[in-house]
Amino acid sequence: MKLKKNIATSGEGFIFNPGNGDSFSTNEIGTEIIGMLKDETPPQTIIETICAKYDVDQNQFERDLDDYLSQLKDYTILE
Amino acid sequence: MVKQSKNGGKQDRKTIVIAVTALNAIDSPGPGVAVIRAIRECSDFEVRIIGLSYETLEPGLYMHDLVDKTYQIPYPSAGTDTLLGRLMHIHEKEHLDLIIPNFDAELFNFIKLRERLLESGIHTFMPEMEQFEARDKIKLYEFGKKHELIMPKDRLVYQDRDLAEAAEKIGYPMVIKGKFYDAIIANSFEQAQKAFYKIQAKWGLPIIVQEFIKGTEINIAALGDGKGNTISVIPMRKLYITDKGKAWAGITIDDTTFIELAIKFIKVTKWRGGCELEVMQSPDGKPYIMEVNPRFPAWIYLTAAAGQNQPAMLVKMAMGHKVAPIRDYEVGKIFIRYAWDLITDIGEFHRISGTGELEGKKSNNDGQND
Repeated sequence: MKLKKNIATSGEGFIFNPGNGDSFSTNEIGTEIIGMLKDETPPQTIIETICAKYDVDQNQFERDLDDYLSQLKDYTILE
Repeated sequence: MVKQSKNGGKQDRKTIVIAVTALNAIDSPGPGVAVIRAIRECSDFEVRIIGLSYETLEPGLYMHDLVDKTYQIPYPSAGTDTLLGRLMHIHEKEHLDLIIPNFDAELFNFIKLRERLLESGIHTFMPEMEQFEARDKIKLYEFGKKHELIMPKDRLVYQDRDLAEAAEKIGYPMVIKGKFYDAIIANSFEQAQKAFYKIQAKWGLPIIVQEFIKGTEINIAALGDGKGNTISVIPMRKLYITDKGKAWAGITIDDTTFIELAIKFIKVTKWRGGCELEVMQSPDGKPYIMEVNPRFPAWIYLTAAAGQNQPAMLVKMAMGHKVAPIRDYEVGKIFIRYAWDLITDIGEFHRISGTGELEGKKSNNDGQND
């Protein structure tokens, strides 16, 4: 799971795909995940990092992450 | 005639007198005002802009910060002799160096007059008649086949009884298109019939029955030097469209598919001048060329804003200067079209209506320009 090279992101959760002009907003945790995807962090590490930082059930977060990643893929943000 | 500029401190600069058409900056705008805005922004030359209008209420006439003087010209249906007569009258007074026509419907006449205009010292930078006619809507599929460009399949229908057969070959949904303008999507034979008669009544025959391509609409503004070289290409995605299908907001995008497509189009056609490729990118990434407009689009100012001032580059090439191709541009540059009530007075309207001419008076409008 890797963010496409040309995707532009901001610390405020704005995502811009210059290939097709799409732009999106994501929330704080979404922004953190995008940041980790940018650094090519594997999903397991993302899960561990987020679960250690926030009070969240791991199973629930794994499902949420799956949804989020498939959304990003649908929007052609991931490679 | 190229004249010495009277501007203080710029004696070495020449003023290029440029006539521009399509000043109808309305809800479905012509490109003229955007072309002038881009040209005026270029610091490499001084210009005097002569507007050429068909209607007395084209907003560009009254934008005196952009247009120095406007002359009415005859409708294209009046023919080339009438047009030439009027242009020569304007030339006598204004000493035109260049004319940039921006309407599809007038291009035929201007292309026919190219040599005559040049003999009088008026330059143009338009496609050849062969190039102009080859990209005509009614020949588009054949054109694509010849040059290995992807175009939607189509059938020309010259009488209503042939519609059913064409519909069967193309399949539903399909697009029923007029030869000049208008397109209606039809999901059944009944809808196709209704669209056929509606468009026939407006634009005549033939009617084009075209394969419907689902996807993302991308428009590409490109400039060719007439020798097969692409001087500039900017792809834009429409972000919002009006009920007439015109972009009211758009963004420059970075996708080599579209750059390469425009380069190929210009190479195979040896296109001279500006053009707009209307492209539909299917979900599997194929770029279908839906239409080729043989002039700059109304959103052409975005090319200047993004770093490739296509109208200014056209002026330079038309005046005989060599212009090197540019490839870099700013991605993510957005235009948002807006409406603004320009205020004038009855005197100005009277002058253009009564004499067919309107001199710019910088202090006389609402100061809305740029």
